[in-house]
Amino acid sequence: MTSFFLNGKSVTVDDDPSTPLLWVIRDSLGLTGTKFGCGMALCGACTVHLDGNAMRSCVAPLSRVAGKQVTTIEGLSSDLSHPLQRAWIEIDVPQCGYCQSGQIMSAAVLLKENSKPTNKDIDEAMSGNICRCGTYSRIRRAIHRAAEIAAEKRSS
Amino acid sequence: MSTAIRKMGSRSLTALAAAPCALVLGVFVASLRGAPRSPKPDANASREAFFEIYKVFTSPRCQNCHPAGDAPLQGDDSHVHTQNVKRGRDGHGVYGMRCDTCHQTTNLPGEHMPPGNTKWSLPSPEHKMVFVGRSPAELCRQLKDSKQTGGRSLQQLLKHLSSDDLVGWAWDPGPGRTLPPLSRLDTVMQTKIWIEGGAACPQ
Repeated sequence: MTSFFLNGKSVTVDDDPSTPLLWVIRDSLGLTGTKFGCGMALCGACTVHLDGNAMRSCVAPLSRVAGKQVTTIEGLSSDLSHPLQRAWIEIDVPQCGYCQSGQIMSAAVLLKENSKPTNKDIDEAMSGNICRCGTYSRIRRAIHRAAEIAAEKRSS
Repeated sequence: MSTAIRKMGSRSLTALAAAPCALVLGVFVASLRGAPRSPKPDANASREAFFEIYKVFTSPRCQNCHPAGDAPLQGDDSHVHTQNVKRGRDGHGVYGMRCDTCHQTTNLPGEHMPPGNTKWSLPSPEHKMVFVGRSPAELCRQLKDSKQTGGRSLQQLLKHLSSDDLVGWAWDPGPGRTLPPLSRLDTVMQTKIWIEGGAACPQ
């Protein structure tokens, strides 16, 4: 049995400790917002947070998260109020949408560490997240917009 | 989803295989410390030994994490790491692109899967310890320059080579990655000869 915190709630699963976390989240715990893309940590679709840092859940064994805090796209906010979610909706970023939860989770780490990122910062932070629809320019705009929304929230 | 992709369980076997090697190296280095020293350093033998370890340091398994720029290299052809990975302020990457975002504490089974180690990282930006593009003479002088090594002495370099887990990964890199041209034991031995001969540098 392995216990960890998923979006703030304690969970315990009996999956093999070597099982990639992605399958535990999706199949055992039923949260399907996190996507399978490549299975080799190459595309970023499966990105979640482990203790606030980005992690590719498709290659991370369950044993790595024992006792730790895991956040998925479902845990970013309970009401779509996170600045990134608001910006993503406002700018209508997704096309097919498959990679977008991973994009948002990576962007969340960027904004947590850098409240006003430049284009270069965004490129460095987001280059591991691939979008076959090519929504990169909207992703960049949305991250800038999310930074503005977060700044407005802080000043209000 | 295939069982092979879902199950990643070869770590314990890798650890078991690595443990005796570390033990042998430790005993070897300890025995060298107690060995009688030759009365006069042999500079020629020292230089020859350096050429041997130079081949190891500039092999892909070593130089890929000692790049000239701020991006790690990968593969036997030492190409720049895909995904625009950067060194970052602490040698562990930037933002959501930290080394352990993808790299685990051990190698993952299968070719082209991310290799892993508990200390996976580049040297810090303060002491980059560049190997790529260095001539034998340049690399030799660099290893002896405490300003570039972060104050690490030659004896500490020897210990780094013989017992550091991340250095040891070079000889246990997982499938599809070429090993350095010398074994770890031979690399340590040649380094010892280089140091005891006066750490002579090629011209």
